[in-house]
Amino acid sequence: MSDTILSLSKVDKFYGAIGHGVHAVKDLSMDIARGEIVALLGSSGCGKTSTLRMIAGFEEVSRGAISLAGRAIHQLPPVKRNVAMAFEGYSLYPPLNVRENIAFALKSARLPQAEVDRRVGEVAELLEITGILERMPNSISGGQQQRASLGRALIRNADLHLLDEPMGQLEPQLRAVLRGRIKHFIKERGLTAILVTHDQTEANALADRIAVMEGGVLQQFAAPDVIKEQPSNLFTGTFVGEPPMNVFEAKLSKGDGRIRLKLSAGVALDFEDSAFSDAVRVAIAGRDKIVIGIRPYSVRRAQKGVAAKVAVSQWLGDQTHIAADFAGGLIVLVEHDRARLKPGDPISVDIDPSSLHIFDASNGKAIAHGRELA
Amino acid sequence: MEHMSLTERILRGIALTLVVLFFMFPLFWIFLMSFQTNETILRIPPSLFFEPTLINYTSLITGELQTQAGSLKIEFMKNLGNSVLLSVCSVAVALVLGVPAAYAFARHKFRGSEDIAFTLLSFRFAPPLLVLLPLTIYFRQIGLDNTYIGLIWVYQLICLPLILWIVRGYFEDISPDIEYAYRIAGHSWFATFRKIALPLAGPGIAAAGLLAFIFAWNNFVFALVLASADKQPVTVGALAFVTASGIQYGQIAAAIVLSIAPTLALALYAQRYLVEGLSLGAVKG
Repeated sequence: MSDTILSLSKVDKFYGAIGHGVHAVKDLSMDIARGEIVALLGSSGCGKTSTLRMIAGFEEVSRGAISLAGRAIHQLPPVKRNVAMAFEGYSLYPPLNVRENIAFALKSARLPQAEVDRRVGEVAELLEITGILERMPNSISGGQQQRASLGRALIRNADLHLLDEPMGQLEPQLRAVLRGRIKHFIKERGLTAILVTHDQTEANALADRIAVMEGGVLQQFAAPDVIKEQPSNLFTGTFVGEPPMNVFEAKLSKGDGRIRLKLSAGVALDFEDSAFSDAVRVAIAGRDKIVIGIRPYSVRRAQKGVAAKVAVSQWLGDQTHIAADFAGGLIVLVEHDRARLKPGDPISVDIDPSSLHIFDASNGKAIAHGRELA
Repeated sequence: MEHMSLTERILRGIALTLVVLFFMFPLFWIFLMSFQTNETILRIPPSLFFEPTLINYTSLITGELQTQAGSLKIEFMKNLGNSVLLSVCSVAVALVLGVPAAYAFARHKFRGSEDIAFTLLSFRFAPPLLVLLPLTIYFRQIGLDNTYIGLIWVYQLICLPLILWIVRGYFEDISPDIEYAYRIAGHSWFATFRKIALPLAGPGIAAAGLLAFIFAWNNFVFALVLASADKQPVTVGALAFVTASGIQYGQIAAAIVLSIAPTLALALYAQRYLVEGLSLGAVKG
């Protein structure tokens, strides 16, 4: 990575007494490069918003250090951090109209009026809010308020832009358009941004790297395709991807040039040794219990395969999601054509060994991935 | 509401009229009394028709109370002045102390913050007389009895908890993110308090101030015990109308009209704030 602009080093956040209160963020370290867009992705309460607020200066850092553009900022008040932020709850100033709200920071910095007007115009056009610039916040819709709030953050030339669920209130179509435009806007100006979201599509579309968080712990911090293809543990594997990864415990046995994975309910997957890469074979050598994961779009129906019984089959307009009873649980398949299946129909599923993800059965850490990234 | 039948509307009108009459009649009667002499007031049966006179008002303003036994000096105008001074200063002090405190209680949850806030509220629970007796002794020792400063201090028992609790609820209703947004745009904590929190809580602060003013204005017992004639407000000063030659109803009525006029004017002017402030601040908070 090129030069680091933001660095979090062993950051902890406790609500309440250190060591006793709620431990919201645990030993978080990450470096973000200048010009990079990073998404903090995780479910509610995973510590992503706490992290953002510590960077902004609204929450104290309980332990550890944060530096931005070469300065230690974790003890500075927000005003001295040179950070811009778009809030999930919009937080527009009620007595000011949309234009004044967006221009606020620039006016405070006493920029010339012509410059302020030009930049407000630019941002308003980007966010499609030119027509509501003279309206008051309480007279516009939630989606419009959100865009105004986003505009108020994007207009600044801060060292870092923090965007907390910046598009949660927008209609899907508009969201898709704005994602592309905002990314272009940020990249064109060389801004650095951290985006908090629970929407994977948004994270994938906008971010150069995704930081997956759970239980206050950073689970994986990598590019979107790495997160998808090489999840570092079971959590990331099952959290990222829709529908979620299928996961089964397996007993491993080898012999006669074959590798056998015994799942529960008497189901066994039988593969030739050579079906796995060397890396995988080395990784699983000497283990007898593992957890295997397989993405729904890597499971196929085939003439020859393992028997399963359809539990639910749903056509979603552009793809079919099939859930079938398999190995004492459910296996989910995604097909792009409309599958005309009824509950109870027998099917046989084929699992490609090169798309298996293999995890340690005791701690959930990834051991190997069938497919190496190109 | 739109689908009320005629009968319902008539019944509603009658009910409202009755309520208004019930509450307004005493005020209306006092207003009439203030333009009558003791003789016309006390005649039997009472009548709505009389020859109006301004004697009650003139005697209050000049300070000469005319009774059957002769003329008496009264200090009503001085009392009225004292009431204004005490109420305005008490509310001002309570606002200066209470609003920042309310902000702190709303925004910063620190150890014991709820206990302190509750203790302040509990001042309102204590029977004033119970507080007054020891206070009189202390005030005498430190020379604060019969001083405006001493009275304004004691009036904080009335004003401060009221302002603190109403305004606190109002601050809690403001999203902290609005303040964060302002701070991150390059402003200090104090500027944020002044420019964002205070204006947004404005109606609540106005309502709390108004209510505190009314309570301070109507206070009787603190000034009765702690102040002598020249420092007393109208509520206590009205006792002077009970004279050796009888109760001066006309003058009392005129005094009441004069003494409720400022609070009434203030309340009417700020009615909107009062309703809005109280319903948002006190109920939600």
